Amino acid sequence: MILSENWLREWVNPDLDAEALAHTLTMAGLEVDAVTPLADGLSGVVVAEITSAEPHPDADKLRVCSVNTGSETVQIVCGAPNAASGLKAPLAQPGAKLPGGIKIKKAKLRGIESQGMLCSGAELNLSGDHDGLLALAADAPIGAPIEDYLDLNDRLIEIGLTPNRADCLSIAGVARDLAVATGAEMRAPTIEAVPATIDQTLPIEVTAAADCPRYLGRVIRDVDVSRPTPLYMVERLRRAGIRSIDAVVDITNYVMLELGQPLHAFDLDALGGGIRVRKAEPEERITLLDGEERTLTPDTLVIADHQRALAMAGIMGGEGSGISGETRHLFLEAAFFAPELMAGRARHYGLHTDASHRYERGVDPELAYQAVERATQLFLDCVGGAAGPVTDVTSSTDLPKSESVTLKAASIRRMLGIDLATDEVTRILTGLGFAVEADTDGGSWLCTAPSWRFDMGREADLLEEIARIHGYDNIPVEPVRGAASAAAAAESATPQSVIKQRLVARGFNEAITFSFVSPELQHLIDPEIEPVELKNPISSDLAVMRTSLIPGLLGAAAHNINRQQTRVRLFEMGLRFIPGESLAQTPMLGLLLCGRRMPEGWSSDAASVDFYDMKGEIEALLQAADQRLTFRSAVRPGLHDGQTAEILLGGEVVGVMGRLHPSAAKTMNLPEQTLVAELALASVVGRALPNYQEISKFPEVRRDIAVIVNRETPSASVLDIARAAAGAALADARIFDVYEGDGVAENAKSLAIGLTFRDQSRTLTDEEINESLSQVIESLGEKLGARLRH
Amino acid sequence: MQALDDLKAEATAAIESAGDSAALDKLRVEWLGKKGRVTDLLKSLGQMDADERPKVGAEINAVKQLLNEQISERKETLQQAAIAAQLAAEALDVTLPGRREDLGALHPITRTIDRMAAYFGALGFEVVEGPEIEDDYHNFEALNIPAHHPARAMHDTFYIDDTHVLRTHTSGVQVRTMETREPPLWVICPGRVYRCDSDLTHSPMFHQVEGLLIDENVSFGQLKGIIQDFLHAFFEQDGLAVRFRPSYFPFTEPSAEVDIQCVKCAGEGCRICSGTGWLEVMGCGMVHPRVLEMSGVDTERYQGFAFGMGVERLAMLRYGIGDLRLNFENDLRFLAQFR
Repeated sequence: MILSENWLREWVNPDLDAEALAHTLTMAGLEVDAVTPLADGLSGVVVAEITSAEPHPDADKLRVCSVNTGSETVQIVCGAPNAASGLKAPLAQPGAKLPGGIKIKKAKLRGIESQGMLCSGAELNLSGDHDGLLALAADAPIGAPIEDYLDLNDRLIEIGLTPNRADCLSIAGVARDLAVATGAEMRAPTIEAVPATIDQTLPIEVTAAADCPRYLGRVIRDVDVSRPTPLYMVERLRRAGIRSIDAVVDITNYVMLELGQPLHAFDLDALGGGIRVRKAEPEERITLLDGEERTLTPDTLVIADHQRALAMAGIMGGEGSGISGETRHLFLEAAFFAPELMAGRARHYGLHTDASHRYERGVDPELAYQAVERATQLFLDCVGGAAGPVTDVTSSTDLPKSESVTLKAASIRRMLGIDLATDEVTRILTGLGFAVEADTDGGSWLCTAPSWRFDMGREADLLEEIARIHGYDNIPVEPVRGAASAAAAAESATPQSVIKQRLVARGFNEAITFSFVSPELQHLIDPEIEPVELKNPISSDLAVMRTSLIPGLLGAAAHNINRQQTRVRLFEMGLRFIPGESLAQTPMLGLLLCGRRMPEGWSSDAASVDFYDMKGEIEALLQAADQRLTFRSAVRPGLHDGQTAEILLGGEVVGVMGRLHPSAAKTMNLPEQTLVAELALASVVGRALPNYQEISKFPEVRRDIAVIVNRETPSASVLDIARAAAGAALADARIFDVYEGDGVAENAKSLAIGLTFRDQSRTLTDEEINESLSQVIESLGEKLGARLRH
Repeated sequence: MQALDDLKAEATAAIESAGDSAALDKLRVEWLGKKGRVTDLLKSLGQMDADERPKVGAEINAVKQLLNEQISERKETLQQAAIAAQLAAEALDVTLPGRREDLGALHPITRTIDRMAAYFGALGFEVVEGPEIEDDYHNFEALNIPAHHPARAMHDTFYIDDTHVLRTHTSGVQVRTMETREPPLWVICPGRVYRCDSDLTHSPMFHQVEGLLIDENVSFGQLKGIIQDFLHAFFEQDGLAVRFRPSYFPFTEPSAEVDIQCVKCAGEGCRICSGTGWLEVMGCGMVHPRVLEMSGVDTERYQGFAFGMGVERLAMLRYGIGDLRLNFENDLRFLAQFR
């Protein structure tokens, strides 16, 4: 909300400059987003009258004007189309300064001297109108400084109100808080009831009293809508961002800004029979003032006459029943609509208006009486006419109830950590409009909230009021103290942060990609799962929730490859979302490798990473796992059929790894050798609690053998069989060479196996070791047809 | 004895000019071996007069000892030279880069969350996590934000279906914690959150760290103390001005927004702080009693406070990152700066 500082100061004028005033509002909970001077640096501009305007001898579009400045008559050359004798307009005299730092000097235009410049509104920073001179009222005092006449020494205060402070959506509301926060006196204009001078009323029938507990109406006859809106009113509306329409509409808006009550004026002659406040009929249609026709839902409240809906209640008026140039008589409406029933309705129709904004948040139900009188008086002053009596249809049982709430001094101490004087508590609450009964011993206050506060149902609400008016700054900071017990993590899990640090030490960079991805990319990697879709995605390429971390990592890799990076190592931790009877949101770890195996350097070759680089990373990552890690060949969409493996811990699949399918790599412009992996994070963090085993004091013996097996035989099987056959003394078995080619049959491969033997209690004999070796060789021969390579 | 002196001079010259240890061994045999020339002299003593014999014998033995020493010395010298030569030959260009794996980097968001978790962890706050697709109840209702509440409009929610949303804050985790555990509760909830908004200063996904403290005797003054101390620790500036400004959140009351003195211009006013000298960095407040009641907390005995901060905002201020979108591009030239 934007309001004029000068207008606010008419209501309450604390001894503070604009900056301090803004700070006070902010610290009272009405956050000032900006304070903007209206006409910064304006001087030397006066009200002047054009007394004659003759064509310029040498320029078609210019006129040479005689202009009365009040003290003299000067010659001004002017190009504005509306420059004519009799017009009053602002004149910038030589030496004048205009907003934006422009200085005015005498000048010659096409050979004729101009002693200054007649100004448009835009040149004074007033309105966007560049087309002509700012036409001033006929009674504008010639010679008066324009900043005085137009009250331009003003600032626009922009307040970002929180949704609970609907009571401050007006000058009156802001003034009230400012008064209590500063102790300055509030000087509200007196609003007196305007006595009826005619008898005419319009029947009002409210059939939806729960939605509209109060509806006031008043007939005003014989108004002259051709009369202009007073300048001060146009200016104040403009400064609040509201365009002047006509005097009647302007007055309704002015009273809304001043007091906070939305008002609507109907053309009395357009109303058939009387007012009915009712729910919309099925499929009922209405064309609103914005020119759009809408079909109403039955929960929508309308203001209707006996034939049709005239307005969407509290949101926007309808076409055909509002004020026009032909209007002679008015029907003024001031209503209270229940906020909980207004909530969301305007948005349902794609609308948001000054009225709906206020009604949704809550308008003071008692305010309608004052607002009707205030508007009536302004109508009579500005457009004349005669007012009828106010018709008041109120359903008391449907009005919000003001409950009494007890505030205890002990609570102030307990929740805020401060002690406040009894009188100060009473002053704050009374100033905010509460009816307060202080307990005699000062221990509590029985408070009844004013009708304009909808958020005062319990003690905490009162504590907040006390805190913000007393000032958060005045609540002392207490020393920091910790919890009585520390939060200790279980040792059976490696902290995620440690896993991340290990990956970083292994050269991985951490990526954070969006949890929503493009359906196409998702389909490329995981075509078999229908992902969770967003109902309102921000864009079509961020429309589905990822079922895997891999698509996001591929996107990040492509971003880097397209920027000349030769080596990409990325990981990400986050949830994946697998739909099903119950949606699974599982924390995962994703890995990606592509490009060079080692950073480029004088001693490294340019070899690319391959399957075994990724596998090595996973083995290293799971080296501390409490269960046995194995891999088995697998086929997954999006991955290379021959270079994909499931990752198993203790026989259970915990993830998958593999090389990106060559066609997917091509589609994404990624290297052929792009390796990806994804594991359940739970499997990565699990670790066994260390259980110390005695270190043998006896020497270990290593024996190497080479066996020839079928090319398809998994080396893991060879090792498994070797381990099983070697006996209890085997400490380690590993493959240290794989050979295919000369000397080995076409479909065979040679595996070199290193076997290490060790005993806890003695030195092993050659015989024992040879016996173990024979058993290994025999078992491999039996189970795999393996034979020793010589 | 001229002959002995000549012999000594000849031998010494030979030893000094010997080029390697093999030559020295040869000289040792030639001069001092069983048939060596010095040995021969000793053998010839028998032909001398008995009274000259001891004197000449002593002289010859002195020469023998001297030559032995010279050979050993020469040997040592040659060995030293050989080692020196080897070292010289093996000298490397120490300025060539080493063989290494590059160090990766944690994402600045993670790094920031880790620092926050470390501060609050030291006070006894425990990290808890929860679902990102959240039901309407835990994201809104239980936080005192009923349907159609104007506060919902501020959230720009992504909807999955009529009852599920992408969480707009991590507060749902706090609710779940209150539902399942008994106070005292000291928890922080870091994680991804989502708002349907995307421009220069809004990302549809970002991160929050929210905190909740439910205990006996918890006051607004204590909240101020912890938040101020945290911000001083986070920015490593003990004098950093912190201000608490009244605000509104449906789930806290009283509520405050927390501003710090602009860390860029030290409060002078600059582009970062829009000329105000202040930066809004987080929200906080005393937990609304209705929120406590809905989650079954005994409000007679316990009260508490909650706070929440945008991780990107604090990370960007801390590290001088000017563009929010950099956080999600995963450009290695960006990430590598946070080693």
